[in-house]
Amino acid sequence: MIKRVVDFFGDQAFAVRRRQLFYVSLAIIVIADFLVSREHAEYLWDRIPGWSALYGFGSCVLLIFVSKFLGHKCGLMRREDYYD
Amino acid sequence: MTDFVHPAALFILGAVPIPFLPGKIRKAYLVVIPALALLAVLSIQPGNYGAMRFIGQEILIARVDRLSIVFATVFTIMALIGTVYALHVTRAGEHVAAFVYVGSALGVVFAGDYLTLYVFWEAMAVASAYLVFAQGGGPAIRAGFRYLMVHITGGVVLLGGIVLQGFGTGSLLFGPFEGQMGPAALLILASFMLNAAVPPLNAWLTDAYPEATVTGAVFMSAFTTKTAVYVLARAFPGTELLVWFGTAMALYGVVYAVLENDCRRLLAYHIVSQVGYMVAGIGIGTEMAVNGAASHAFAHILYKGLLFMGAGAVIYVTGRRKLTELGGLYKSMPITVALYMIGAFAISAFPFFSGFVTKSMVIAAAGQEHRALVVLALTMASSGTFLHTGLKLPYYMFFGTDRGLPAHEPPRNMLIAMAMAAVLCIAIGVYPQPLYALLPYPVDFEPYTGVHITESLGLLMFTALGFVLFLRALDPEATISIDTDWFYRMGARRFMWFAEKPLAYWEQAVSSVSETIALPLMHGLARVGLRIDVNGVDGIVNGVARSILRGGGALRRLQTGVVNHYALAMIAGLIGATAVFAVVWQ
Repeated sequence: MIKRVVDFFGDQAFAVRRRQLFYVSLAIIVIADFLVSREHAEYLWDRIPGWSALYGFGSCVLLIFVSKFLGHKCGLMRREDYYD
Repeated sequence: MTDFVHPAALFILGAVPIPFLPGKIRKAYLVVIPALALLAVLSIQPGNYGAMRFIGQEILIARVDRLSIVFATVFTIMALIGTVYALHVTRAGEHVAAFVYVGSALGVVFAGDYLTLYVFWEAMAVASAYLVFAQGGGPAIRAGFRYLMVHITGGVVLLGGIVLQGFGTGSLLFGPFEGQMGPAALLILASFMLNAAVPPLNAWLTDAYPEATVTGAVFMSAFTTKTAVYVLARAFPGTELLVWFGTAMALYGVVYAVLENDCRRLLAYHIVSQVGYMVAGIGIGTEMAVNGAASHAFAHILYKGLLFMGAGAVIYVTGRRKLTELGGLYKSMPITVALYMIGAFAISAFPFFSGFVTKSMVIAAAGQEHRALVVLALTMASSGTFLHTGLKLPYYMFFGTDRGLPAHEPPRNMLIAMAMAAVLCIAIGVYPQPLYALLPYPVDFEPYTGVHITESLGLLMFTALGFVLFLRALDPEATISIDTDWFYRMGARRFMWFAEKPLAYWEQAVSSVSETIALPLMHGLARVGLRIDVNGVDGIVNGVARSILRGGGALRRLQTGVVNHYALAMIAGLIGATAVFAVVWQ
């Protein structure tokens, strides 16, 4: 059972099915976010349905590119033998 | 029958017989000790134990309260899991070191005074350093020495703070600092922050943990930073500084994790990030925030142990640790993949996994205190956590490019240990009430609200979308990253260069000056001195001596012993004297 689940995420044969499932789940999450009650919203953004999805995507992209910028342009990443 | 068995004593004294026990008996013994310790912690009653006086100071070996019980419980659970994971290891030294390490961590958690705390604090550093040295080979030995030197420095800072505290207040009892922070409090805070790996004092962790043995790193991931979280929660709740350090730390670890190629170093950067939530929670200092920090430490130890066990299993089986050299292992290690992913879902705070019910408590506490920036930063760090631990690391380690590595599942004891941690990660997530009941303050927090579930899933799954779209940008690169260890690694190199070059040149120059100029000059002066001595001084002395001898001889001739001669001389003298008298008085 475990092997079949793991294979589903690894095998190229399931790539299309995987992608479909992924996009459907994204859609369901955003729709669900519109339906839940938001009575105890603390901040402005808490009242915006879909905010967390947007923030998650933005954070992810920001983290990837800011980190890589720091690594490549600001000299944080060095050759493996740097300290040798 | 005493009413209190110190769990630290079980581990530290229990470590003594390990080298003398044969094969299977040793394995059974190794499991029995943590199990007994767990029983001891579960049956422990709050109170003060082992109060005495030592060198004029009040000592309290064990102060048991709700905060120490939370940490002691998860420490002993993790010790049991880590020991099962390490059962196949035949070298007794590693087991002994692990037991002393766990015992010392428990000693810190129960310590009621600073002296007891200090002794166990140092023992932890030494015992854990052994787990790095045990790996053997140049990089591990060097990393081990760096680790030890950083911790010994931290220990000296702590001792300085303790001494100042003792002189300042007259008491060494370990408790919360109040009022304005003086030098004693600042030194103690600095040493605690060093052990919590708060940047810029974080590099010892990410430097040493990936170099430790496969089983040793599992222990290390659990104890040092979390004992530091405990002591911070005990001594410095509500310290504003910690809110900002903690928040920055949560993002710091995530940024470095993007750059990292070594699988365990990537996980180590996520320890830094996750401990950031706890440090921030302690800094906020409300009951809910401290509860959040303690419960997150509890959950973190289990899922981080699980992740280190998963990465360790890959290293154990393949002998490789770089993401650029790994890939395609899911076919041969499906159970490891599944168990690792449970840890990944837990750290990422997916609903029904442990991180969901603990991390959100810290963020909610920040929200209650109207700290919008902290909420946003910690939420962003959550996205980064899933990006690396849940997506990047498993993708490049288990899926991605198939490197055709010969692999198989790790030994059964490793899988059992991983399964134990995985079960707890899910159990806490599904049914958090027992954990909440263990926390220092009453819990008024419900993680499973509709909006919290959809928001968490939205955050995480759209992070996954970013990952899918920008996968190529995340491809690991065969590099290392410069962290604050640069200062002491390069600083040490500069120092050695200074010692070997300018200092050695100066020394050379001084000795050549002395050899070419000073020494001949001295020789010449000595020769002149000798000549003066031989020809001048000696000549004079000899001449004087000869003259005295001659004078003596002449005088001797005068002394003839004949009375007539003496009478004659007296008369001559009388005449002479009369003559002088006559002339002078004229």
